[in-house]
Amino acid sequence: MTEGEVGLGVALMVGALLCALASARAVDAPFSIHMAVFALAALAGFVTILRRYEARPAAPPRQEIDGKPNYNLGPIKFATVAAMAWGIAGFSVGCIIAFQLWAPSLNLGLEYTSFGRLRPLHTSAVIFAFGGNVLIGTSFYVVQRTCRARLAGELAPWFVVLGYNLFIVVAGTGYLMGVTQSKEYAEPEWYADLWLTVVWVTYLLVFLATLRKRTEPHIFVANWFYLAFIVTIAMLHIVNNLAMPVSFLGSKSYPMFAGVQDALIQWWYGHNAVGFFLTAGFLAIMYYFVPKRAERPIYSYRLSIIHFWALIFMYIWAGPHHLHYTALPDWAQTLGMTFSIMLWMPSWGGMINGLMTLSGAWDKLRTDPVLRFMVVSLAFYGMATFEGPMMAIKAVNSLSHYTDWTIGHVHSGALGWVAYISFGALYCLVPWLWNRRELYSLKLVEWHFWISTLGIVLYITSMWVAGIMQGLMWRAYNALGFLEYSFVETVEAMQPYYLVRALGGVLFLTGALIMAYNLAMTIAGKTAAESDPLPADGALPGTAGLAPAE
Amino acid sequence: MATAQAGLWKRHEVFEKNSIILLLGALLVVAIGGLVEITPLFYLKSTVETVEGVRPYTPLELAGRNIYIREGCYLCHSQMIRPMRDEVERYGHFSLAAESMYDHPFQWGSKRTGPDLARVGGKYSDQWHREHLKDPRAVVPASIMPAYAFLDRPIDADAIADDLKANRALGVPYTDEMVALARSDLKAQLDPDGPATADLQRRYPGVSVRDFGGDKARIAEIDALVAYLQVLGTMVDFKIYEDKKNLR
Repeated sequence: MTEGEVGLGVALMVGALLCALASARAVDAPFSIHMAVFALAALAGFVTILRRYEARPAAPPRQEIDGKPNYNLGPIKFATVAAMAWGIAGFSVGCIIAFQLWAPSLNLGLEYTSFGRLRPLHTSAVIFAFGGNVLIGTSFYVVQRTCRARLAGELAPWFVVLGYNLFIVVAGTGYLMGVTQSKEYAEPEWYADLWLTVVWVTYLLVFLATLRKRTEPHIFVANWFYLAFIVTIAMLHIVNNLAMPVSFLGSKSYPMFAGVQDALIQWWYGHNAVGFFLTAGFLAIMYYFVPKRAERPIYSYRLSIIHFWALIFMYIWAGPHHLHYTALPDWAQTLGMTFSIMLWMPSWGGMINGLMTLSGAWDKLRTDPVLRFMVVSLAFYGMATFEGPMMAIKAVNSLSHYTDWTIGHVHSGALGWVAYISFGALYCLVPWLWNRRELYSLKLVEWHFWISTLGIVLYITSMWVAGIMQGLMWRAYNALGFLEYSFVETVEAMQPYYLVRALGGVLFLTGALIMAYNLAMTIAGKTAAESDPLPADGALPGTAGLAPAE
Repeated sequence: MATAQAGLWKRHEVFEKNSIILLLGALLVVAIGGLVEITPLFYLKSTVETVEGVRPYTPLELAGRNIYIREGCYLCHSQMIRPMRDEVERYGHFSLAAESMYDHPFQWGSKRTGPDLARVGGKYSDQWHREHLKDPRAVVPASIMPAYAFLDRPIDADAIADDLKANRALGVPYTDEMVALARSDLKAQLDPDGPATADLQRRYPGVSVRDFGGDKARIAEIDALVAYLQVLGTMVDFKIYEDKKNLR
């Protein structure tokens, strides 16, 4: 056995015993269940290491085969499948809670199915489960390819991927049982946070160690973004989740900070979960997959340098725009607003760098729906990063804050940008990983594209109308100088828009189901090529799948 | 000039060729914004106003607050009134930082699918809250709030003293006496005729001691939640609060 196998095996056994003990002595049921889950997972990990040891050849996997790096694709395959599965779960829960706002009886009167518990399940499932698996999967792929080196470690990458998904399971089941510290996008309690910290630091080490064993002299630009994303998320996660557990055998904790300080730390975290998790990480995907698919070099290398440093520097300051006109001191609000507006520039710099990469290859948009996904994602990115700075202006924010306009804005970023660039990357990645010549069906990609685009349009337009109307109704006065509307009248006015939004969500989910089918058939090695018309020049669509060059 | 520029671009290679320098560079750049914006909030005295009346939550209110958090109420209800004419008229005096200074975590919220609750305390009767939580549409026909009938189950607050201790460790001024008596205080707040009422009022000035519409022999989760809702925004007496003193 290698040192790693012995070390991790012992750690897992000790972990399993401690968790079993904690489960038996827990002060509340959710903690007991979660410790049992941890214990079982550790035990399963231990058994897997033993079985793997028995089955594997004595020599460790070779770093190179015939002068080419022997890439480690297993963990990436797992993350890819997990991303698709979690995506569908997350979109489904999103649809359910959207319908709950339209018809509250759908809360079913049960604690486990009420909006307040399902909503964090939706946000975490799409951001951290779907998005996180896409990020981990693509980062492991891109870092190997662009460094021309096998992923560092043999067990560590698996530990990252499986450990991360275990965190998702614990977080998600926790929400259903009412385990939350109520910090948006950082709801999991202290023990889940500690576990994520261990996994995330391992992730950073694997990524960094792979960079260090690269055979290319330069670190490719996508890896800068991945690295900044990983290290910044580590910083944000640790600071925002500092907490005092009520008991080390119970799920409840109290966050370390209170009131105004807690609010700013939370939104410093919250906005940069957007900035680094949902932006920097996915920009890394853009910097690798768009040039790859378009078969063109990145538009401007110098622009990418400016883009990188300006974006990561400015994003961090933008958090206070979530707290305009609150009890946060004015100076902090003003700083947050200023940087939010400035942030528009690096954001569009990145978008231009991505879009202009298609120079000379625009015709591919006609024939390649996968590339179209990625280009449209950049268009949505541009739109959302214009809308964001605008909403960060205090005068605009006074209307938009607390309304569904914010929800619409988030979704034009999340559906249009994050999900679309992810779909594009997954459509590229699956044939590459499973060594298939091309996707099962490009026609189905077309269907996916148009159905989900229609869904997004319904979603964001209904939320624009709903949000702005809500904001205007709240501040409306009648001729006698009284408030025109009671609060519940503004709730009633939302009903048609909530329905349209929910239907938009269903369309988006439908598209994702089509995608899952398409990817499953691709993995199964089937082709439906006869239904795909060849482009006029006779070139096969999706030829990028043939040989993912370095 | 051209060569000087090329030299600058060339110098960026330090980051492109050394992963540790790139890592440290990125970490330094992302640390600045947070340090500049957040650290002053811990030492600038003007950050939190000087007010009278804000006290730590009673054990019953704290237990109710934990239910509020558990059920995700903050996802649809803010607790932060902004200083605009319509908000002040609709909800009351704008929220002060001081009013949430013992809130671990803060509950300002980010969305108003339902109305702001920062000053909901005292606005409705206990009975209204109970009916409304049980079946929101029975009292507000157009409401889209989920029904919380299941909150009418016995509360599990035997270890509430540990909650006070954890809060004290984070700086909330709970005294030894408050911690030691936490469990009995939780019950005492529901029993105005009990022997501990005067003591409770001494420990938690301004506390409402009443049954909150429930049965004091069987303390339910809804009792604690109503007690929490009824204290929201009521601690500061705005008749004697001086805005001018706290201009920021």
